[in-house]
Amino acid sequence: MLLSYLKIAWKVLLRRKFFTFISLFGISFTLMVLLVVVAMFDHAVGAHAPETRLNRMLFVNFLHIKYKNGGNQNSPASYYLLDRYVRHLKTPEKVAVHSMFHATPSYVGNNRIDLDLKYTDHVFWQVLDFTFRDGKPFSDSEMKSAARVAVINQSTARKYFGTEQGVVGRTIEINQSAYRVIGVVEDVPVIRLSSYADVWVPLSTSPNNLNQVRLDGEYSAIILAKSASEKAAVQAEFDQMVKRIPLPDPKGMDYLDVHADQMLASYSRQIMSPLTDYSSDGTALLYSILSGIALLFMMLPALNLVNINVSRIMERSSEIGVRKAFGATSRTLIGQFLVENIFLTTIGGLLGLVLAYVALQLISGAQLLAYSHFELNLRIFGWALLVTLLFGLLSGVYPAFKMSRLMPVQALKGGSK
Amino acid sequence: MENMLTQTAARPLTNDNPLTATNQPVIQLRDIEKVYQTKTIETVALNRVNLTINKGEFVSIMGPSGCGKSTLLSIIGLLDEPTSGVIELDGRPVQSYSDKELAYLRNQKIGFVFQSYHLINDLSVLDNVELPLLYRSGVGGKERRERAYAALDKVGLSARTNHFPSQLSGGQRQRVAIARALAGRPEIILADEPTGNLDSVMGEEIMDLLLSLNQQEGTTIVMVTHDEQQAHKTQRLIRFFDGSQVS
Repeated sequence: MLLSYLKIAWKVLLRRKFFTFISLFGISFTLMVLLVVVAMFDHAVGAHAPETRLNRMLFVNFLHIKYKNGGNQNSPASYYLLDRYVRHLKTPEKVAVHSMFHATPSYVGNNRIDLDLKYTDHVFWQVLDFTFRDGKPFSDSEMKSAARVAVINQSTARKYFGTEQGVVGRTIEINQSAYRVIGVVEDVPVIRLSSYADVWVPLSTSPNNLNQVRLDGEYSAIILAKSASEKAAVQAEFDQMVKRIPLPDPKGMDYLDVHADQMLASYSRQIMSPLTDYSSDGTALLYSILSGIALLFMMLPALNLVNINVSRIMERSSEIGVRKAFGATSRTLIGQFLVENIFLTTIGGLLGLVLAYVALQLISGAQLLAYSHFELNLRIFGWALLVTLLFGLLSGVYPAFKMSRLMPVQALKGGSK
Repeated sequence: MENMLTQTAARPLTNDNPLTATNQPVIQLRDIEKVYQTKTIETVALNRVNLTINKGEFVSIMGPSGCGKSTLLSIIGLLDEPTSGVIELDGRPVQSYSDKELAYLRNQKIGFVFQSYHLINDLSVLDNVELPLLYRSGVGGKERRERAYAALDKVGLSARTNHFPSQLSGGQRQRVAIARALAGRPEIILADEPTGNLDSVMGEEIMDLLLSLNQQEGTTIVMVTHDEQQAHKTQRLIRFFDGSQVS
């Protein structure tokens, strides 16, 4: 019986090519956009190298200072705050501190190349799992002695030295200072803000006054908990610690708001602050908004499919009448039309998957986001299949139910009541 | 025609030529009414119809267009519900039957032949003929094929199994429709103007086929027709006018 349904489904698809094109385009395009967005989202906040131990990590990316005059200040934290308070937390396994990355000019002959430079401590290399193609990270002693050493990525090695081989030990000039290359790592996508850079050098070589007593600055911390389950304890200790931080200007400042958040929360707390007013990390709200948009985005082609399906099925009312006349029950007919619709949406889903793959390859190839290589993984594929099935059911149930309710004689006459 | 049922010459209807009919009622209609109602108009399609059709009978129904013949056939075939009255199949009233039970009865007992054939254009001849068996539990794919081939053989279309309806003539399509009705080996065949869309030669062929079925297999046939000549070849002729049986 299933074979017969599939035969019919295939014939129906071929019979009305324009309708089929519209249906398949709607499904595959929607799915492609969803898959591309999910792949990019996963690329940005999923556990990928070098942030492979993401389930144990907490990030201190921003702080918020509320002023008594009603003003707000949002910025990264100062090195002083992170070094003096965060680094001394008892519950974490490790705390790494690093700067934001800055575009820094460098010259190869007369050619200027802009390199993104990041200052980090030596713990940074222990918390994150960079893949070293050559050499090693800088050590505690190199950090303490403000050694002019640098870790660079493969692309910088190629751009600066023309090769990735034998780069370790050579000198790279950054900010008019010479640094000795001690390691070459694989490129990290720019979208991974905490770990990304072209060149990493010791924090101690920063021209900034790291010991200046202030709250705001340009530094972040990555906290590695001993286990995923201990993150809550780290957060609790962090929150207690924040209460002990004295405000540098108690007359002007009202309070300080700074949190150790999971990666997505560390950004959503800032992004969603106009709606949450810093009362939460905003992830629930962000997910709700994103889910709502995704649902709306899927609803449009689903409603279009319902519409097309109703007219498709109405065209086949004579067939429905005949099937009923020869013994098909309403339930059997609903089953038939659902199978047909799932067949159609599965084809659309597979097309969407192919389109998404092509789109991701094009986006990766265009290097719109430096060093980003978007991929479809099994998890995304599973979601795509689920969404496709949901599509098939959503758009097929109503028309099938409507037609199956017709008396056979009405169906034979063309479906009019 | 390759291997059609043995052709049967038309015989005059007389009481001493009962053909295959018995006195065992297979269809009984009691006080059947069918009223179509819109906001402004009420149309009585059938007015207190009482009718008994015996097992093995070949009955034709005649009357002017719109007199309720096809409505009656749809009600007998459980394709439509009467507004009031009782329908009995094999002595059992079917009014309270569920969708599933009615579907079962249609599948097991009744075969339909429509004026406009109602073949499924996307399916091959063989797939069309298999249709009633598709909804019958316990009939596997192999048996379905065999029975469909046998039914097509009976109507002389065994060489056309892989064709599609659009590749056949009107007469051939109607023979496929008859084969489809036969495939389920029903006790009753309901034919709604089966020769209405055919020329006289094709019409004769189809009529002969139905007569053979009735005489050789004892199938009960109820046929709606406009053709007086064909109606007279059947055992009983019922005339309708304005929703009522007049003879």
